[in-house]
Formats: sequence, structure tokens, C-alpha cells
Amino acid sequence: MSTELLNALAIFLLAILVGFEVISKVPATLHTPLMSGANSIHGIVMVGAMLIAAAADNWFSYLLAFIAMFFGAANVVGGYVVTDRMLQMFRRREPAKAPAETASAAAGAGASGAGEGK
Amino acid sequence: MSDQWIYTIVFLCWLAAAAAFVLGLHLMNSPATARRGNQLSAAGMTLAVVVTFLWLLTPGNFVRPGGMGVTAIAIILIGFVLGGGFGLYLARSVAMTAMPQLVSLFNAVGGGAAALVAIDDYVRIVGTPDLSPSTAIFVVLGAVIGSVTFSGSLIAGGKLQGIVPGKPITFPGSRLVTALTAIIAVAGLIVLVLAAAGTIALSTEIQLAILGLVVLSGLVFGITLVLPIGGADMPVVISLLNSFTGTAAAMAGFVINNPVLIISGALVGASGAILTKLMADAMNRSIVNIMVGGFGTGDAAAGAGAGGVEGGSIREVSLDDAAIQLAYAQKVIIVPGYGLAVAQAQHACRELADLLEQRGVEVSYAIHPVAGRMPGHMNVLLAEANVPYPQLKEMDEINPEFERADVALVVGANDVTNPAARSNPSSPIYGMPILDVDHSRSIIVMKRSMRPGYAGIDNELYTNPKTGMLFADAKDGLTQLVAAVKQL
Repeated sequence: MSTELLNALAIFLLAILVGFEVISKVPATLHTPLMSGANSIHGIVMVGAMLIAAAADNWFSYLLAFIAMFFGAANVVGGYVVTDRMLQMFRRREPAKAPAETASAAAGAGASGAGEGK
Repeated sequence: MSDQWIYTIVFLCWLAAAAAFVLGLHLMNSPATARRGNQLSAAGMTLAVVVTFLWLLTPGNFVRPGGMGVTAIAIILIGFVLGGGFGLYLARSVAMTAMPQLVSLFNAVGGGAAALVAIDDYVRIVGTPDLSPSTAIFVVLGAVIGSVTFSGSLIAGGKLQGIVPGKPITFPGSRLVTALTAIIAVAGLIVLVLAAAGTIALSTEIQLAILGLVVLSGLVFGITLVLPIGGADMPVVISLLNSFTGTAAAMAGFVINNPVLIISGALVGASGAILTKLMADAMNRSIVNIMVGGFGTGDAAAGAGAGGVEGGSIREVSLDDAAIQLAYAQKVIIVPGYGLAVAQAQHACRELADLLEQRGVEVSYAIHPVAGRMPGHMNVLLAEANVPYPQLKEMDEINPEFERADVALVVGANDVTNPAARSNPSSPIYGMPILDVDHSRSIIVMKRSMRPGYAGIDNELYTNPKTGMLFADAKDGLTQLVAAVKQL
């Protein structure tokens, strides 16, 4: 195997370990947004779709690249928008009615997040 | 600037994007920072996409020396606008209750894209010296995993949406088909690697045909994998497929030798795996057990569960009685389930809680880890109704509190409150962590009928002498309760 591939394998392994470590700390409350957020991250495959579109040199490759591009873009845009829609609903107390409280609520939320086990 | 310099900058931007993904996920640890985390992740994605596009325009890029052509530019832009618009429309318009299916759909297209990237690169390099045996391995893995997640996620989403029947579907020889497709995929992998190594001589066309066969078997495998699994287990399946898609993206990254795909794919692969395990743990099931099917299949297991309950009688409670019990309680714990979500009753539920709090009643919500259709799904639905999240208590936190609760109000939840999980070793859900609703002084169960829950087993909570059944649709029932409490 080439050195390049071996390096890539090392990166792959380390990224897996990072993934385990980052995820295992998320509280169950946020699992649905998390799943959706992680789901949008694999939309990075759209970068791959762009690269194969650039390298394509026949109609079949172009066709595959186009479908990949469509799929990837739907994954990325839809994924991030829907995750954001979910997360903006995590509020402490109806900030729409009391906009002035939003800032202090956010600060308070941070504090209560730390002491969640009460 | 030399070409090498430009590539270095592009590469560093890719790394920055990967770092944004990791930090973004990390910020999702807490509700207070979660939204910022997602935005950071989206910013990283935008950076990676824009920088890649600009780089491909430069004449010095090594993917397409001289810069990519007009056709490629058109394909990228049109594909982005159409795909992005499609995703944006769905993301904006979907009801929060339909969230799991939408995630499943986005997961399907992500897996499909990963498979296509791997296949397209193979089409380009097959028959040339660029095709090494290791590349062939990653092409086949990316194509197979990607197609399994594509068809599997579509079936899983279809089951949740009701397009595909939620009950487990088996047909004669379905296991055989599953096994056969797996064998074809493995055999295809071996043949294509040997062909790439030059050990066996195959024409380009035959190698492409074999890859096509492998992709087809992946698609069939995804379908036969998910069809026999019951709807109750679908969240675990979607989570597992999410993890697969991450892995497929990483495989595609190996094929086209791109670090940001490898890192992000591995990150999602690992995160999906952990999440899947957490979900399976919460249901006291092993992932293997779920994938093989069984619990969702009902039949034998449901019979065993039903036997323990028959003979008990249920007690109905009137709306006014329920209102009085709630209004004069000191502590009320609301146990929301999926029934509340499908009835879109989360707003009525919050209204009732607000009203009770005004009367000095201490109200909290008991959230089972798998309440709703995904872990944390109920939290999202209640957050949508502006329920302050400190009122949402997780299972371990709330269970000791049931003893002090005057009334536990169960709205549209079933299996997660079934005491059989603690006491009846023959019950299929025995050992599943449940909410100790039966420990509270009295229980009101709001339910449309005596129909068993998603797991298809009867609930002995309903025959408990402390339990009053309030037969109503969650939304109507709660709205009427609000009116009744107001009149007191």
C-alpha cells in the first residue's frame, strides 16, 4: 500500500476515535437534533460529487455526478436547515414574548446545563 | 501563486471544515450551545464546498488540469440549486412529528451520493493503471454500503410515513435472498480486487457489469434487511443506517483520496454507532437482536404478554373527575408519548401545565429516552410548544419522584410505562427500563382506545386499581381538561 493510503487510514482511525469521544457526552435530550446534525455532516460527500463532476469526461460520468450532486445538496441544505429548526425551539421561557430576557435566559441555560443532575 | 500553494490553502480549508464539524458536534452537548454548534458545522460545510468549487475553476487543479469545463460547472450549479431547493423545501415544510422520516430521507440521498461518487470514479479509472487493488476495495465498499443505506433508509422512512406497512414483512425465502445478496457482494469484491491486481484478466465491460451487480445486490440487501423489522424498531435502524452512510462517505473519500470526506465520514460513522447503541440500550435490546427481527414481529411474544393482563378490569374516569384530581394535586407528572405527538397535542399539553402551575401545582414532564419515535424526539416536540426544557426530566431523574406525585398523567404513552418490563420475565419487553408511573398515588391514562402500543403487547398498568382511564384523543382530551380546570 502507498504511503498516502496508509496516512489516510491513520486519519480515518483517529477520526473514528474522535467521533466516539464527542458523541458519548451528548445528553439524550439532544439525540434527535444530534442525529440530524450528524446526518447533515455526511453531506460532505457533495464535495466528492463536485470532484467527480470536474473529472468526468463522458455523458455517463456526468449523469452520475449530477445525481450525486443533487442528492448531496439535498442532504446538506435540508439537513442543516431542519436541525436548526429543531434547535431554535430549545428555549427556556418564551423569548418571543420577552425579547429582553433572551440574553439572560441563554446565560442561565448555560449554568443550568452544568448542574443538570440536580 | 503556484499551484502547490493554492492546493495547500484548499487543503487547510478542508481541515478547518473538518475541525468545525468536530467542534460543532461538541457544542451540541448542551441545549444552550447546540444551535451555535450546528451553525458552526454549517459554516464549515459552506467553506469546504465554496473552496472546492473555486479550486476546481483554477487551471492548476490536479483533478481537471486546465480547470473544469462548462458542462461540469453547469452540473454542479444546477445539481446544487435543484437538490438544495428540494432539501430546503422539505426541511421548511415538514411537521416536527414527521422528523424521523425526513432524517431517514436525507440519509438515503446521502448514502446514494456516496455510492455514486465511488461508482463514478471507478467508471473513470477502470482499465487504467490508476486502478489499484486498494482503490477497488474502497469502491466496492462505498458502493455497497451506500446502496444498502439508500434503499434501506427509503424503506425505513416509508414505514414511518405509512407508505410501507409498519408491520414486519416477510416472504418465503426472504432470508435466503438476504444471504444471497451478501454472498454476491463479497464475491464481487474479491473478483474486482483480483482484476485490479491483474491476477485475473477481465475486460472493462465485465468489471463494470460486476460492479453493477454488486450495487444491485446492495440495494436488494437494504430492502430485505429493513422489511422484516417492525416499525417500533425503526429509529434504531435509521440511526444505524446513518452510521453506515458516514462510513460510505469515508469509503468514497478513500476512493477519490480526499481527507475531508474521510474525516467527516468516520466522524459520522462513529457517532451513528454510539447513538444506535444508546437507543438500543434504552429499549433493552441488542442491535443484533433488532436487525435479525423478532420483537417487532409480535405474534408469539404478544400472546405471552397478553396472557398476564386478561381478567383484570379497567376503571374509567370522567373528564371532570380528572380535572379535579389534577387541579388539587400538589405534584403532577405528565408522561407524554407518541400519541400526544401524532395528535399534535403538545400545545394543549403545555396549556394545561401552565394552568396547573398558576394554581400552584408542581408540574414536570417525564421523558423516556425513546418517547416519540427517536431518542430525544419528545424533547423536540415539547420544545416546539415552548415547554421550558428544565421541566423535562429524564427517566433516571424522574423515577424516584413518582412516589411523591399525586397524579401521573399519561398521554399517549404505552410501552414505556408497562410494569411488566419490571415484573414479568415472560414479557417481551422484560428488562426494558420504564417510567415507574405505577408508583405515583394515582394515575390518569389518556388514550383513544384499549389498543395495545407499538410493541403490540397489553399494558397491566391499565388494570391497576389506582389507574383511571380517560378515553379521548390526546388533543381533544387535553383541550377539554384545560376547559374543565378553568371552570374550577
